[in-house]
Amino acid sequence: MAGGHVEGRVGGVGHLVVHGHSPVHRLAPEAKVVATFAFVICVALTPREQIWAFGVHAAVAISIVALAGVPTRVLLARLAVIIPFLTFAVLVPFVAGGEEVDVLGVGLSRDGLWGAWNVAAKASIGATASIILSATTSVPEILKALTRLRVPRVLVSIMSFMMRYLDLLVDQLGRMRTSMTARCHDPRWLWQAKPIASSAGALFVRSYERGERVHQAMLSRGFSGTMPDTEERATPGADWVRAALPPVVALAALLSAVVL
Amino acid sequence: MIAMHAPDGFLEAPVALATAVIALVFVALALRLSGRELGDRQVPLAGIAAAFIFAAQMFNFPVAAGTTGHLMGGALAAILLGPWVGSLVVTVVVVVQALLFADGGLTALGYNVINMATVTAFGGWAVFRLLRRVMPRNAAGVMGATAIAALVSVVLSAAAFSVQWLFGASAEVPFDTVFGAMVGVHVLIGVGEAIISALAVGAVLAARPDLVTGASDLDAAQLSAERRVGRRTFVFGGLFVAVVFATVVSQFAVDNPDGLEKVAIDEGFIEAGRDHALDSSIFSDYATSGVGNETLSLAVAGVSGVLITLLVGLGLISAARQGRGRAGA
Repeated sequence: MAGGHVEGRVGGVGHLVVHGHSPVHRLAPEAKVVATFAFVICVALTPREQIWAFGVHAAVAISIVALAGVPTRVLLARLAVIIPFLTFAVLVPFVAGGEEVDVLGVGLSRDGLWGAWNVAAKASIGATASIILSATTSVPEILKALTRLRVPRVLVSIMSFMMRYLDLLVDQLGRMRTSMTARCHDPRWLWQAKPIASSAGALFVRSYERGERVHQAMLSRGFSGTMPDTEERATPGADWVRAALPPVVALAALLSAVVL
Repeated sequence: MIAMHAPDGFLEAPVALATAVIALVFVALALRLSGRELGDRQVPLAGIAAAFIFAAQMFNFPVAAGTTGHLMGGALAAILLGPWVGSLVVTVVVVVQALLFADGGLTALGYNVINMATVTAFGGWAVFRLLRRVMPRNAAGVMGATAIAALVSVVLSAAAFSVQWLFGASAEVPFDTVFGAMVGVHVLIGVGEAIISALAVGAVLAARPDLVTGASDLDAAQLSAERRVGRRTFVFGGLFVAVVFATVVSQFAVDNPDGLEKVAIDEGFIEAGRDHALDSSIFSDYATSGVGNETLSLAVAGVSGVLITLLVGLGLISAARQGRGRAGA
């Protein structure tokens, strides 16, 4: 398998979904995609001074995590991607200008503190929303959802080819790293980058040639440029209603936060 | 690093909306204009290139002890696939990372796509085309142009983020501070991007030159031509870029007092800091004493910095060569 931190970051595209049969898993994927975007937009628009509204947003997100049965460990591990930005948020109060407040004897920018809170709250709730989506919806389902939501065909096809080859590429990358390490290559400095770059070039040529072969195989089996939608049913109305619940609660919190 | 994959709430809503609209316009244009290139054969290639960029972004390469950067890939994608398809490919990567990996916020997609896909692909491509005119018409010339285009694309991306920060900062951090820090860090990251992109393009050129859109005007004979000129071009090109940055970018970076100095002036404790031991250094405050014109003195300080770095670098390289020679003998 992919070695070291390569695995840590992706963990295999096929393993993004946490298997389950919860109501969240069963919702129509297109309803989930729209609801996720709507929810995150409501969170992003909430004024930062209304701390209670973020409490409502967080409560909504956490209760969906519980309903979907996504383990806390998985959630926290995937939330790790926002850590660099939380670090940045911690620095903001020290470099921002404007009025200062005294915190434990250190003068911090009031505006900077609000800015840090703003980024930390919105980033963690927003990231939780996408993690719920990817943990309860398989990649083919998301691609189907995007097609039904009328995302341009070419984009969806690029995306589907990308997802299909990603695991393969990551595995190949892992094997290349293993063979490089086995030959005592342990890059630590910039001037050791040549083998990495050459293997990147080799990786590109190999995957392209594999793609050419696969594409010809697909054409010979009647591929016309798009994958047929084998499931012709329309999205059930009940799914739209159920999926709308979290964004509606978030919207209510947003509206009352703006009015109050 | 911070320009990459910004989360929700990083910039204010109006900027998020405006950049989303601009990004959508670019995607629509790219879809229309790449329609001819994106034939039946090209879609799988674009998908594989997207997977490749995704995988390549996981290669954390060391910038200096303790700091790592990763490939952005915009310039590389543009040079391999052309700017329209290249920008679409990186856009797809950024969208999938946000949607499935929570890497970058969904409401931040507008500025993330612009900074990581649009600016790097088109900026990198523009620099690449310009340089191809002056670089030798062989594989080394293509690689040299790729290296500089990749470096510039990363710096442009950082600069684009700083401009967006100017319009939609979620906190009142002075523009100079953000610009200086972003561009500074990304010049270092850009060096890694430059080396990896150039060598990757070189590897593809060696195996399948027909796959490099940016070199489609060269025939096989030109590609396998003498490579020696390449190293000189590479060094002079790199030096040229460094000098340009030192003289031009330093104007932005230190034109106004930095954040701390500004606070110091506002709070009136700047006087307390006057008697600094280094005040007598000729480059104190990045301006040369004894040169009257401020712009000129900044430029002199910048160029001296480049020269010093270059000399130290040459020294290190020749030292390493000697060491290797001894080990080999």
